[in-house]
Amino acid sequence: MTGIAPLNILVVLLLPLATAGLLAGLSSYRLSARLNVGSAFLTFLAALSLLVARPPVGRFLVVDDLNIVFIVLNTFVAFTTSAFSASYIAHELSAHRLTRSHLRFYHAMYQLLLAAMNLALVANNIGLMWVAIEVATLTTVVMVGIYRTPQALEAAWKYFILGSVGIALALFGTILIYMAARPVVGEGLNGMIWTVLVAHVDQFDPALLNLAFVFLLLGYGTKVGLAPLHAWLPDAHAEGPTPISAVLSGLLLNVALYAVLRFKILLSANPGAIAPGPLMTGLGLLSLVFAGFMLYRRGDIKRMFAYSSIEHMGVIVFAFGMGGALANFAGLLHMAMHSLTKSAIFFAVGHVVQVKGTQQIAEIRGLTTSHPFLGWTLVVGVIAIVGLPPAGVFMSEFLIVTTTVARAPALAALVVFGLLVAFGALVLRLHGLAFGEPKGSLQPVKASYLPMILHLALVLVAGVYLPPPLVAWFQHVAASLH
Amino acid sequence: MDRLAFDIAHLLAGGLVLTSFMLLYQDRLYALLNVYAMQALTLALAVGWQAHIQHAPHLYITAGVAIVFKALIIPVALHRMVARLGVHREVETVVSLVPTMLAGMGLVALSMIVTMRVAHEADALAREDLAFALSVVLLGLLMMVTRSNAVSQIVGFMSLENGLILAAAGAKGMPFVVEISVAFSILIALIVIGIFLFRIRERFDTVDLQALDDFRGESR
Repeated sequence: MTGIAPLNILVVLLLPLATAGLLAGLSSYRLSARLNVGSAFLTFLAALSLLVARPPVGRFLVVDDLNIVFIVLNTFVAFTTSAFSASYIAHELSAHRLTRSHLRFYHAMYQLLLAAMNLALVANNIGLMWVAIEVATLTTVVMVGIYRTPQALEAAWKYFILGSVGIALALFGTILIYMAARPVVGEGLNGMIWTVLVAHVDQFDPALLNLAFVFLLLGYGTKVGLAPLHAWLPDAHAEGPTPISAVLSGLLLNVALYAVLRFKILLSANPGAIAPGPLMTGLGLLSLVFAGFMLYRRGDIKRMFAYSSIEHMGVIVFAFGMGGALANFAGLLHMAMHSLTKSAIFFAVGHVVQVKGTQQIAEIRGLTTSHPFLGWTLVVGVIAIVGLPPAGVFMSEFLIVTTTVARAPALAALVVFGLLVAFGALVLRLHGLAFGEPKGSLQPVKASYLPMILHLALVLVAGVYLPPPLVAWFQHVAASLH
Repeated sequence: MDRLAFDIAHLLAGGLVLTSFMLLYQDRLYALLNVYAMQALTLALAVGWQAHIQHAPHLYITAGVAIVFKALIIPVALHRMVARLGVHREVETVVSLVPTMLAGMGLVALSMIVTMRVAHEADALAREDLAFALSVVLLGLLMMVTRSNAVSQIVGFMSLENGLILAAAGAKGMPFVVEISVAFSILIALIVIGIFLFRIRERFDTVDLQALDDFRGESR
């Protein structure tokens, strides 16, 4: 088994890259959509094989207990999204919203984005991780602007500027980490290798580490979409193609979160440094409550679910900020559940918007009557995302709240408050969207239901029964997070 | 000799902070671009000096990129763009001069306080370089939030990035400095192209270049 170990990680990185090159030169969109799905599926299989056959720790790449969770989740959602994207773009093409050359570009960028995200996750080098996140940002910027409408370009521009500032701040933090490491591990590459850093971090200068963490949290936090730095996120979700909204919410936010977690581990291993927890809980709570209130005033359906993503990233960052085995476990679980549920919702929303021809919530009514299957899928998705039982989101939120009650009751009250505010907003809007007299087009929809059913089924099963090996695995990871 | 090397590095890095302050109070776009070119030149000198005292020849490449790309190509390109879009006479409504300058001084003081707390085993040169670099980064951020015009926001971002390059060059033996400076240059080039498209959209409500030509043709 170990014979394939160095190979599978290369497949995870190079297959999307090679496919991107191939897709850039392929003009038949049917073929490239299939190739896109096939390549994403093979990447997912290669990522699964990392579970049983881990490559040795190298100077540039590493697979450990933490990032493997992210890689498997990432490649899985990337695969299902590519299947959704195939039916989505066929409609966009027939509606003349996109041309064939746009699609060529779109498919190539999709695979390039996957390659960059996978690289960011397996990089054992904080410089390499930074580069990969920069590339991932740039590819999503051009995809957000692909419709070329004034709104889309403005969204892409805003994302570009805020993303660049975030990236710049993160680089400053990375430089500071290197400067803290240099007196201990020596000059050169060693000062950037994650495994070396974490082995020696207890001897680093705490003041430099503190400063570095502030910059890294703000920089990568911009990409996570944390509250004062979230301005790009709703626009980018609303104006880009829906598969990209799903990838942004389900994957890219997680990748940025992963970067924050890496540095959190570094900081908490140094006794002299500030505790990173309170900073993260503060930002997380702010995002949660803020996004909860913002949900009430949304008129655009994709924008509304983008705010819901901010809310959930707030919950996850809060959980990791609380720390401890149980809260970390809940954070990881919530992250996985949110990725699956939110991308399923975006799949449903994508088809709804296509058939109704509008993103305005007021123009979409009575979906369960006009398009029963799509409507009920959306209902199930929203019920799952607001955290009603039996969905997996309920379980992770329950765990987060109970562990917080035991340690800081006041914070737990705030979390519950934020969750209830968001709950009210989403249920209110769902009522109008799903029930009542149908409004708008009644045309039947050619949708690919499989990805959303798969996601929602996983979420519902996870809420009722988590296989013990998976629980043991998550607990092991959670314990290694401090 | 060592003392002299230290003082020159100090002088050049301090010059960078000074030009950042000058950027803060420029209210005309041409003047802003000229000061930015000056800052890029100062950065090139500072990085070149670091290359000399650290015996790190690869840093000369970073200095070269700063001179050719940031001090020449970008300011010239932006100059032409501003002229073509006819916005050069736009006097910007900066939040207001006095509070901005006071905030700038506060940020520089903050970065001094923060970096001086760094343990003393870190050598003095790296530490003070860091203080200057942090000041430039924070002043760049300040400029981005106090300006409304897209061109001057970009200049703010570019000066922020100059601070990053200064920090990276000052971190002795840091890998990938050259690659990072080149990658950032590409990013900036993309931003400049983007701003061009964006500004056209803002003024003429379209990104079609032909429409711009048509518009100008009619107005003459």
